Amino acid sequence: MKYVMLIYQGDALERQAALPEDEQKQVYADYQGVNETPGVTPGPPMGLAENATTVRVDGGRTLTTDGPFVGMKEAVGGFFILEADDLDAAIEVASRVPAARYGGAVEIRPSEVYW
Amino acid sequence: MVAGLERVFREEWGRVLATLIGFLGDFDLAEEAAQEAFAMAADRWPRDGVPSNPHAWLMRTARNRATDRIRRERALTAKYALLVAGNSAEVPMQATTFPDERLELIFTCCHPALAVEAQVALTLRTLGGLSTDEIARAFLVPERTMAQRLVRAKRKIKAARIPFRVPPAHLLHERLDAVLAVVYLIFNEGYGGRDELAAEGIWLGHALAELLPDEPEVHGLLAMMLLHDSRREARFGGGELVLLGDQDRSRWNTEQIAAGRAELDRALALGGRGPYVLQAAIASLHAEMPCDWAQIAALYGELGRLTGSPVVELNRAIAIAETEGPEAGLRIVDQLGLDDFRYLHSTRGELLRRLGRTDEARAAYRRARQLTDDGAERRFLERRLTELAGSAGPG
Repeated sequence: MKYVMLIYQGDALERQAALPEDEQKQVYADYQGVNETPGVTPGPPMGLAENATTVRVDGGRTLTTDGPFVGMKEAVGGFFILEADDLDAAIEVASRVPAARYGGAVEIRPSEVYW
Repeated sequence: MVAGLERVFREEWGRVLATLIGFLGDFDLAEEAAQEAFAMAADRWPRDGVPSNPHAWLMRTARNRATDRIRRERALTAKYALLVAGNSAEVPMQATTFPDERLELIFTCCHPALAVEAQVALTLRTLGGLSTDEIARAFLVPERTMAQRLVRAKRKIKAARIPFRVPPAHLLHERLDAVLAVVYLIFNEGYGGRDELAAEGIWLGHALAELLPDEPEVHGLLAMMLLHDSRREARFGGGELVLLGDQDRSRWNTEQIAAGRAELDRALALGGRGPYVLQAAIASLHAEMPCDWAQIAALYGELGRLTGSPVVELNRAIAIAETEGPEAGLRIVDQLGLDDFRYLHSTRGELLRRLGRTDEARAAYRRARQLTDDGAERRFLERRLTELAGSAGPG
């Protein structure tokens, strides 16, 4: 079963930046641990939401706006793909993502083919 | 005959459905097959007699219905030439014993990835065997809303692949808490007067105690439900709410009290000291005459430390008021930040009334009334207010 795992930073980046050095190192190590988990295909590193550009097309006209589609705090901060047996296995991996314990969250979306 | 059949159906529905889901891996297909089998039984058994092994009959019939359906659908779509041979070989046609997978089913229904309302609805539908319409009526929502809730939940179980299994040891207690919370919620919803839900909660509690005989909190929850329910008849007199102290004890169900205490003993013997066991112990003390309020206060204290709940603290205050006087109880009540909780105000009203502080008591009862819509509870508060209006406050 394939899951798309969306990482939301929320306040996590600020909170992590304020951590003592050894705890920051732990955060990096934990991200690496998630990336090295069997079944995980890491997504490319994602830049900050403040550098996002949002594109809409209205009546054939392309409209671009500065910033993410949703608010800055609600923007997706990163993602990875997980091949796992079931939702419980996905929840276990999600719970190891540092963002989830520093005020952010991980959203588990089953990958589904609609066509 | 018909009543007997109903009991068999009631007992068998959850078992049959659980085994079918485990076997088919699909809630909808399993439910349809089970429904067909039960309909055939309802048609044939009164005429031909109940088979010697009703469970095996229902299982074989439902299983055959399901495989027929799969075969038809596969023939139609022509996608697969054959049935998945491994699956159909697993259950021989003449099998008389089938795995009991009700525990797998209840853990799936109460998975935390589902909303609590969906957990409750699914549990009642699958294990309890209630119809969508019955569940909708019990929870006072339109049938269509309830049907959608069930459809959505089943779809998510499938799409997100919520596992059909008893959680492994490191997840078991956390997940069991969710299951117990659902059963308690069902019971509690019924305790307010909708008897069929209270009975449903107790029925599920019995099933859980049978399936998880070594979990003290399971017995604790069952004990608590039995003990609370034993006073159901006495809680309402002519449709009006009667407080514990004023209840006619001859209307308590002594058999149920004994059964509740037996469950409590079992929980304690297993070393249980969790929230449900404590609440059952309190309910057991409440059923004694005279009430050991000091012990009740101590147990509420322990429960409060465990849960950190201000509602538990409010209950402790009531017990303290009985042992140390209303003033001591009031001191605790006045430190609780539960301004929107009607029972805080009705408790304050009661304690102030006992202290003869009539004006303050009236104000508290009025605030409680403001927060209460329920008929019997509201009428109780009205009566208190009328009584207070009749008695001039001293000073």
